[in-house]
Amino acid sequence: MRAYIIRRLITGIFILFILSVVIFVLMRLAPGDPAVLECGLGASPECIEAKREQLGLNDSWPVQYGNWIRDVSTGDLGVEAITHRPVIDTLKDRFPVTLELLIITMVATIAIGVPFGIISALYRNSPADYGVRVTAVMGLSVPNFWLATLVIIIPQELWGYAPTFARSISFTDDPVGNLQQFVPPALVLAMASAAGIMRLTRSSLLEVMGTDYVRTARSKGLRESLVVSRHALKNSMIPVVTVLGLQIAFLLGGTVIIERIFALPGVGLYLFESLLSKDFQVVQSLTVLVGAVVISMNLLVDIVYAWLDPRIRYA
Amino acid sequence: MTTTPEVGTLGGDLEQAIRPRRHPLRSLANVARQNPLGVIGFLIIFILAIVAIFAPLIAPFDVGDFRAGQPKENPSWTHLFGTDGLGHDVFSRVVHGTRISMTVAVLSVGGGTIIATVLGIISGYMGGIVDSAIQRIVDTAIAFPILLLLLILAQVLGPSMQTVIIAVGIAFIAPVTRVVRGAVLSERNNQYVEAARALGASTPRILIHHIAPNVVALAIIIATTLLGTAILAEAALSFLGLGIPVPNPSWGTDVSLARASPPYHIWWAIFPGAAISVTVLGFNLLGDALRDIFDPRLRGRL
Repeated sequence: MRAYIIRRLITGIFILFILSVVIFVLMRLAPGDPAVLECGLGASPECIEAKREQLGLNDSWPVQYGNWIRDVSTGDLGVEAITHRPVIDTLKDRFPVTLELLIITMVATIAIGVPFGIISALYRNSPADYGVRVTAVMGLSVPNFWLATLVIIIPQELWGYAPTFARSISFTDDPVGNLQQFVPPALVLAMASAAGIMRLTRSSLLEVMGTDYVRTARSKGLRESLVVSRHALKNSMIPVVTVLGLQIAFLLGGTVIIERIFALPGVGLYLFESLLSKDFQVVQSLTVLVGAVVISMNLLVDIVYAWLDPRIRYA
Repeated sequence: MTTTPEVGTLGGDLEQAIRPRRHPLRSLANVARQNPLGVIGFLIIFILAIVAIFAPLIAPFDVGDFRAGQPKENPSWTHLFGTDGLGHDVFSRVVHGTRISMTVAVLSVGGGTIIATVLGIISGYMGGIVDSAIQRIVDTAIAFPILLLLLILAQVLGPSMQTVIIAVGIAFIAPVTRVVRGAVLSERNNQYVEAARALGASTPRILIHHIAPNVVALAIIIATTLLGTAILAEAALSFLGLGIPVPNPSWGTDVSLARASPPYHIWWAIFPGAAISVTVLGFNLLGDALRDIFDPRLRGRL
């Protein structure tokens, strides 16, 4: 197991290396010049030249890349182009917002997806099953940005209700206000993942219910409720746990849209704004950071998988 | 000529002899009866395809005609879906938007799947260093949220229809390559491949005549399930302002315009988004049915 984890970590670092090269080159191919951005439109060539020099944009690409990686590997994510604020400081403000959003989303995904998936499987081909399946496929079809837009504009137009925007209310200051702010976007974000988990729970439980050991449990006269709760459920949850872990990448992408629509100042919005303002440094560092989070989550999922299912052995 | 075609013919004859003859239309009706949701999906997509092809004939107003009505009218017989903030007929824009969505979906998924199938076949059959190289690149692409990848590609290439098609297509290459490679790995050790190799068939011949036909069916199923994803991706990109640029009637762009112009006109926000939902629903239902019919083992894996 230890050898496996070490090998996975090495692969992970290699993947991060490729990712960093790709994002570095892409940002330099993107139209626009961060120096022009800082000096403003119609800036003098001297200003642009000075900024380019200051930002290190006049160095050759390998030198720029080397400097960046050296900084990142020591924990220095660079500074923002316009404000000169260290990226790490902004991240400290914004990370809690995204983290809370993702936690509520995950809780909602599990609380909605798993029970309905179980009902759907246990009452297979009943109206309840059809209801759950149709709801699930709809949940996968409705775009989250549209639902988010409706969630904001319909209450505002019909009842004049507008949520608090642009600043995040801290949970410790005002728990109710905080939840009012975070629950609607989290539910919108959870829609697709809950739908996916519903389908997966259903198919996984159905598969387990057809196995020999469940038949054995039944034939020794065990009540159906005990067959399900003691024998089937645990094993059917293994793939569900795995996919929940893998959904983190999908949800991280979703935070960009949701944070933008609900004006939540989180990491997703930060990345999006930096991308639009062509702030190379921020986009590069955040990209590698997101990649590192996803790779770690994937590794964690595989370790948990082996722990949950003793049949799985990594060599 | 090698002797392999004869082996195939023999198999075909045997199959025909064993299997009872059935009218192809009758078995199609059976399949349809067992998959009512798939039939609904097929009908949705069929109707939308017709709408896309005949968009100019169906739309009562020109897409750019901002004097079609007063701004922000409610739905009426003249303007079935109402009008937008400038006075465009929303129904006409939604009808023309079908073209954009369908074009982006078909071209991006088609291109991405073809490239991914070739890469997956090469990666799975060759093995060794070629396989490792392709798979590490696939790992990198998968280790990254698809939406972020799309946003970055769109920003680099500049917003346009070509950009969206290319970006969405590229985003699909990695995951499809992975699935195709898996299929090739299980296929290449089959006896019929061994037999072909023993008969002296060259590698390209084995790949094209033996492996590819078995993998292509899988690729087509995956492609169908991805069409809905492609439409969602285009709409999301356009919504964020990095997709199809403004005068074009992209559904995603229209939802974002409705959101950005208070006082809000709810109908204007509802219809383009509903169009996205219905289209994606159609592809999802169709994709689920195809997967269940052709390859039940894939259930839950896609």
